Amino acid sequence: MAAPVPRVRIQSADFDLGTELAALREGDHSVGAVASFVGMVRERGHPDAGEPVRELELEHYPGMTEKSIEAMIDSAQGRFDIRGARVVHRVGRLQPGEQIVLVAVSSAHRGQAFQACEFIMDYLKTHAPFWKKESTPSGTRWVDAQVADDEALARWGIEARNAAGR
Amino acid sequence: MLTVQVRYFAALREALGPLEAVSLPAGTTVGSLRELLAARGGRHAELLAPGRPVRAAVAQAVCGDDTPLADGDEVAFFPPVTGG
Repeated sequence: MAAPVPRVRIQSADFDLGTELAALREGDHSVGAVASFVGMVRERGHPDAGEPVRELELEHYPGMTEKSIEAMIDSAQGRFDIRGARVVHRVGRLQPGEQIVLVAVSSAHRGQAFQACEFIMDYLKTHAPFWKKESTPSGTRWVDAQVADDEALARWGIEARNAAGR
Repeated sequence: MLTVQVRYFAALREALGPLEAVSLPAGTTVGSLRELLAARGGRHAELLAPGRPVRAAVAQAVCGDDTPLADGDEVAFFPPVTGG
């Protein structure tokens, strides 16, 4: 048997959605559903009225980032009836239109896969140590955390004080 | 005395550097380390001032101000996260 593919990967290289989804369900015929989310770099950042983003630079905390996302997947497996999950997050310099993040979940039925995928993404947005810096025609700035992301996680009964807390 | 490795990320890293070793009296907590660093003045005071949104982690796990520090700990200070 080949070495298991890690559930969490942080990388500068792009990823291929089809390859990732095929690997996620490979050899597991109990899987009846795969749900996935792919995030892209938007040309219009926050707020939407701002200047066009020319480039995004993604920084992370090597080690802690992987551990925190592993814990999020463990939490999803405790809450939902899912078979497997995978997260790929890119770091480094990215241009508008490029893929940043993939969350994919496999399950016997679609409902649990959809929910677990959204749960992991909401958790990641508020708890995984990544930071975005935007380059626009007038300079660079660190992106502000959004209270709406804390509120999204609160729907799952988990308090987040990422944007709101001191 | 104890010595910890302090790491900074994002805007804090740009201003304060990525890493420094800091020697502290025994019994120092994460919160008192932050106060001690801020008391240096300059950019440390500006970026670590009370009321600034700064998060902390010890041994790569997010923690509160009252977390005690041990010799050799890796402590990190960083802004709210913005991945995804």
